[in-house]
Amino acid sequence: MLEIEGVDAFYGDLQALWGVSLRIEEGELVALIGPNGAGKTTTLQVISGLLPPASGRIRFRGHDVTRERPDRIVAMGISQVPEGGRVFTGMTVLENLELGAFLPEARRDKAESLKRVFRIFPRLEERKAQRAGTLSGGERQMLAIGRALMSKPKLLLLDEPSFGLAPLLVEQIFAMITEINAQGVTILLVEQNVRAALELTQRAYVLENGRIVGQGSGNELLSFESVRRAYLG
Amino acid sequence: MLISLAQNVVSGILVGALYGLAAVGLSLTFGVTKFLNVAHGELLMLGGYASFWAFTTLGMDPFLTLPSTIVFMVLIGALLYKLLFSRMVKLTEDVKVKNTMLIAFGLSLILQNVALRLWTADDRSITTSYSGVALSMLGVRLPVVRLASLVVAFVCLMALHLFLQRTYTGKAIRATVEDWAAATLVGIDIHKVYLESFILGALLAGVAGALVSVGYSIVPTMGLEWTLIALVVMVLGGLGSIMGTFVGGIILGVTQSVTSYFAGGTYREVVGLLIFLLVLVFRPQGLFGTKQG
Repeated sequence: MLEIEGVDAFYGDLQALWGVSLRIEEGELVALIGPNGAGKTTTLQVISGLLPPASGRIRFRGHDVTRERPDRIVAMGISQVPEGGRVFTGMTVLENLELGAFLPEARRDKAESLKRVFRIFPRLEERKAQRAGTLSGGERQMLAIGRALMSKPKLLLLDEPSFGLAPLLVEQIFAMITEINAQGVTILLVEQNVRAALELTQRAYVLENGRIVGQGSGNELLSFESVRRAYLG
Repeated sequence: MLISLAQNVVSGILVGALYGLAAVGLSLTFGVTKFLNVAHGELLMLGGYASFWAFTTLGMDPFLTLPSTIVFMVLIGALLYKLLFSRMVKLTEDVKVKNTMLIAFGLSLILQNVALRLWTADDRSITTSYSGVALSMLGVRLPVVRLASLVVAFVCLMALHLFLQRTYTGKAIRATVEDWAAATLVGIDIHKVYLESFILGALLAGVAGALVSVGYSIVPTMGLEWTLIALVVMVLGGLGSIMGTFVGGIILGVTQSVTSYFAGGTYREVVGLLIFLLVLVFRPQGLFGTKQG
């Protein structure tokens, strides 16, 4: 479904990604793990079109999307939940969700998508008239995921959805992610919470210093020496 | 004495409504694009002339010229944006503020001189059959054209408020003000939003200019004064609050008017800049703005 081939990316003069390649098949739940500053977020920015790569290729469902505009990429079915959620705090929960369905095709099915999001996150329905700025951290994360689902994505990119949340909430969020995946949405999950991510996913890539240094099934990676040493102690 | 003070307060409110209208346009464009359009006053001047010529050559009622002035300003705004500002979108915020300010400064000089060439340096003003008519309340004179201008300004801002709150385009503009990257990630084309907010800013400036040409007078060199007024009011009201900016305009209008009553007309502009400095030092988020997190 998504193929990334030999992508190099720069922030100014600083090279952040070195020949990154990865593939995700339809319906998969794949994790991208690695330490702080490894280039996980950068990889998502490149996929979403926010940071055009210097070289390499990105293909999504047979189309070349390497230098496509970010809004076109959303229209093609890739939606990202950025780090920290970045909900629109000055707007209500409902307005945030409506903005998720900004594009014409998504707008047509807005009512249906809204029902679906409220089914997965009943808490959001209770708070729909509240300003997003008044939500707790966990609720904001739910809203960010809900907003991304409103665009009816085929591929959902999640950047550290567990960041800053209490363990119980992390478990809940991860359960919801599994449910969303079971409904047919392919997911690429970026996580620092490696053990939880590997237990959740079928497959994972390990990113270090801007390079892919390992890949395999969750269980394979849990026994992968450098992963054990680096993340699991 | 009390009546002439009241007269000054009323005059201040009436002119302040136009200050508010001018400032809301600047503030909206700046809030979305981070373009500091110091040619905003010149856009106001163009709107004033558009209305003036529609009145003079076609004999249209000045308030009925507003739709044609709006169409004219939409075209001007789109043209200037495409020609000059669209290239600035990708720059980082601080570079963008500086570069757009320089471009707009050049633009203001060009527009001023073109207007001088085309229309001479004469003061122009629209005089209608009802220009001299005024209501009188407790000895205070309320000229009907200025009163009507206040109503038009208020209606424009309410319409803008509803547009931003209710429509998808308005919500996209608000989302871009809050977090342009997050807005991009929900599929909003921020180039389009930038264009739309630049056009809205030009349109509001044009309407303000048209109202100035009917209640007061216009001249090709009026732009700088209006840009300064709009900047002061924008800072006074605080970014992101339409009603706050409108009230900020009225506060500045009243302060100017009352100052010239007590201290003479020479202090009119000084008091505006003094308020500007005081607000920047003591309440940088503006009187009605909220602190940025």
